[in-house]
Amino acid sequence: MIKLDANIPEGPLAEKWTRYKASAKLVNPANKKKLDIIVVGTGLAGAGAASALGELGYQVKNFCYQDTPRRAHSVAAQGGINATKNYKNDGDSIYRLFYDMIKGGDYRSREANVYRAAEVSNDVIDHFTAMGVPFARDYGGNLDNRSFGGVQVSRTFYAKGQTGQQCLLGTYSSLIRQISKGTVTMYPRREMLELVIIDGKARGIITRNLITGEIERHSAHAVVLATGGYGTIYYLSTLAVNSNPSAVWKAHKKGAFFANTSFIQIHPTSIPQLNEYQSKLTLMSESLRNDGRIWVPRKKNDKRVANEIPEEERDYYLERRYPAFGNLVPRDVASRAAKERCDAGYGVGETGLAVYLDFRDAIKKQGKKDIEAKYGNLFELCEIITGINPYIDPMRIYPAGHYTMGGLWVDYNLMTTIPGLFSIGESNFSDHGANRLGASSLMQASGDGYFIIPYTISNYLADDIKTPSISTDKQEFEDAEKLVKERLEKLVSINGTQTATSFHKRLGEIMWNYCGMSRNEDGLKKAKQMLEELKKEFWTDLIIPSDLNSVNQEVEKAGRVADYFEIADLMVNDALNRTESCGAHFREESQTPEGEALRDDKNFSYVAAWEYTGESKPHKLHKEELKFENVEVQVRSYK
Amino acid sequence: MKLTLKIWRQKNADAKGKFITYDFDAASPDMSFLEMLDALNTKLIKERTDPVAFDHDCREGICGSCGIYINGHPHGPGKKAITTCHLSMREFKDGDTVYVEPWRAKAFPVVKDLIVDRTAFDKIQIAGGFISTNVGSAPDSHAIPVEKSKADEAFDSAICIGCGACVAACKNASAMLFVSAKISQFALLPQGRIEAKERVQTMVKKMDELGFGNCSNTGACEAECPKEISLVNIARMNREFYWAKIQ
Repeated sequence: MIKLDANIPEGPLAEKWTRYKASAKLVNPANKKKLDIIVVGTGLAGAGAASALGELGYQVKNFCYQDTPRRAHSVAAQGGINATKNYKNDGDSIYRLFYDMIKGGDYRSREANVYRAAEVSNDVIDHFTAMGVPFARDYGGNLDNRSFGGVQVSRTFYAKGQTGQQCLLGTYSSLIRQISKGTVTMYPRREMLELVIIDGKARGIITRNLITGEIERHSAHAVVLATGGYGTIYYLSTLAVNSNPSAVWKAHKKGAFFANTSFIQIHPTSIPQLNEYQSKLTLMSESLRNDGRIWVPRKKNDKRVANEIPEEERDYYLERRYPAFGNLVPRDVASRAAKERCDAGYGVGETGLAVYLDFRDAIKKQGKKDIEAKYGNLFELCEIITGINPYIDPMRIYPAGHYTMGGLWVDYNLMTTIPGLFSIGESNFSDHGANRLGASSLMQASGDGYFIIPYTISNYLADDIKTPSISTDKQEFEDAEKLVKERLEKLVSINGTQTATSFHKRLGEIMWNYCGMSRNEDGLKKAKQMLEELKKEFWTDLIIPSDLNSVNQEVEKAGRVADYFEIADLMVNDALNRTESCGAHFREESQTPEGEALRDDKNFSYVAAWEYTGESKPHKLHKEELKFENVEVQVRSYK
Repeated sequence: MKLTLKIWRQKNADAKGKFITYDFDAASPDMSFLEMLDALNTKLIKERTDPVAFDHDCREGICGSCGIYINGHPHGPGKKAITTCHLSMREFKDGDTVYVEPWRAKAFPVVKDLIVDRTAFDKIQIAGGFISTNVGSAPDSHAIPVEKSKADEAFDSAICIGCGACVAACKNASAMLFVSAKISQFALLPQGRIEAKERVQTMVKKMDELGFGNCSNTGACEAECPKEISLVNIARMNREFYWAKIQ
């Protein structure tokens, strides 16, 4: 049996990473050239890792499903990226960011990993600046900052509402620099469909060429997954519609434990669903809560237009419930509060499933020009999609599936339970506990890719320098390829009547209703049942075009939906197992009289790492106990 | 809404393509253009016909994946400065005939139906669209102050999403707007000045090699760009190019 060991270095918290780096094994430059590394994904984590490893001299193979690495969904992150520069002189420090993340994650993350993420945050900002990322600056020519939810300092660097785009394009430029030097080979329009393990170590992947349909074998000395999260499990989410966790799931079924599967962030400020045809929800950045005030009418089912509702008849419910943090409470708190008001009948818009985000007061105070400079592109986006001009009328917003804190279990090396298989960025579970704070995903993904994995993967590969290039003729590749082909054949041979998307929609609805912002035992059990039935229907009534030798976007979707059924089941199991409420995971059975999340530290202060034990067999739970030696575990309050 | 869709169908890069007419009555003004295509594809799949292939991903106007030539305009007619995924079916009327085509450019060969191969853009950037700085070697961000107006201008150039609408809009299939935006971003920042001379020459050379046409200043690219990248970038690139030549 595998024993979970997080491999946290000895020593005081603030010295762990320094000590690790000082004692980590190295690979000399001549040997690096002989070692191949596969990186799957080209977001901030993946492209960051590929370029950093290429710079070191490793031979990197980088994969993405898009036509070019510049389109990975990090591109859509809006608000900003955190660092502990303390340029504002407002009391920020590495410890403060660490503390905010631990508390924000509701004491369900690992201290050592979180501290390290905070520690490398400044290096990340410096690197982006040096690569020509045009962050916002003040009139003195220095970088500007703003504030995000759940913190009381201004540590967020930004480039209008397109910070993710600018960081990703910066990372893309460092990636293509390595491509130009020949250290990184790019494989776009490829989808990873299987992981290959040889003698217990991750040694390669099987991909499908999305243009020719060819099933390809790729080998390496180590494999890094940087494939993002599974927010699209709800069908409608803020993710790109093709974002998917199939690579992670395949790795899980080959032995990588999956941790805290049900920890999924529902972002409070998305544009609400407008109609039944909708394929995607668009986020409005959390940064808007710096200046926007959230409210609903005090009267139930108030049908007046927003600007006709006088001040005294507006309920600024976040300011009322959480005076200390007001509109800048963390995302899980803000989402639940919106749901509570809408469920109670105070929601606005045609569906009643929306609340107002109002800039009237900010525009009055700061002027339209200043607001436009900060949020111009977001206001435009809002108007394009909804027709509402936020300079005049308040935006309507509602929570939407967004970010998965859960993911592959990794140790301090960011290595999974499969030796040689690493997981970075959103695809791992490690840094955000049960709730992620705003502007920390770009930070963590970049930190993992640029500054952490180069050290930890070298430490691992130092023992592998004598291993020659892995041949793709080995039996393990043969077997994996066969499995992939059989799976694809099975999908196209069902020949039923319903499309992959229609199944995805129904699956998403089940998950949103029973394993979304609020969960209870009855609902979760019901969801399990419904998922089981829908899955059966999927495998008997799916229809997709049968040509596997060219572009077939339907078979891509179907393969992902097939995996979603399995992930959904694990997500429900994880939510059932954790009878406490913590962060984004709200079990209705566990709440305070005021309706706040009630943690159960005595029984649940652990990471739930799930082991796959075989088709239709129950997952096995492994617990990584969480030790808090540097922060006092408290009730998480933003009041 | 009832529409007559005339969609370019082409099995693969080598096959000959043609317009196929679809009478489609299940469109709704509430749909986005891509959601309308989703609905058409659902119908085609159920009829056991090959669905229309098109690139798309974020569906929020930022990844640059989608790009369809609709009724003679890249990203469609109507509202300025939007990507195809943000095009609403409200822009069309019941009974309309809609022509749906891929980008047309020698440097962007058709892959299938509405999907084109835009790796030429990657190749241009590989030729020099970066600042040579290694991980871990950067000075503190405040070591080099950058004038706010310059940083803002660099940002305005940097927001290009690489969709290729500029090339599709241009009668010469020129990539000057795309290339000049990247060159401008770096040329405006002190960090990018070090390699500015070499960068402009290698990127322009690669652009020419790949079969993109020349700029004849009609401004169609700027007019159709979903991110409103300005023609000023092209002027700046030309200035940088000549400056590099005479140095």
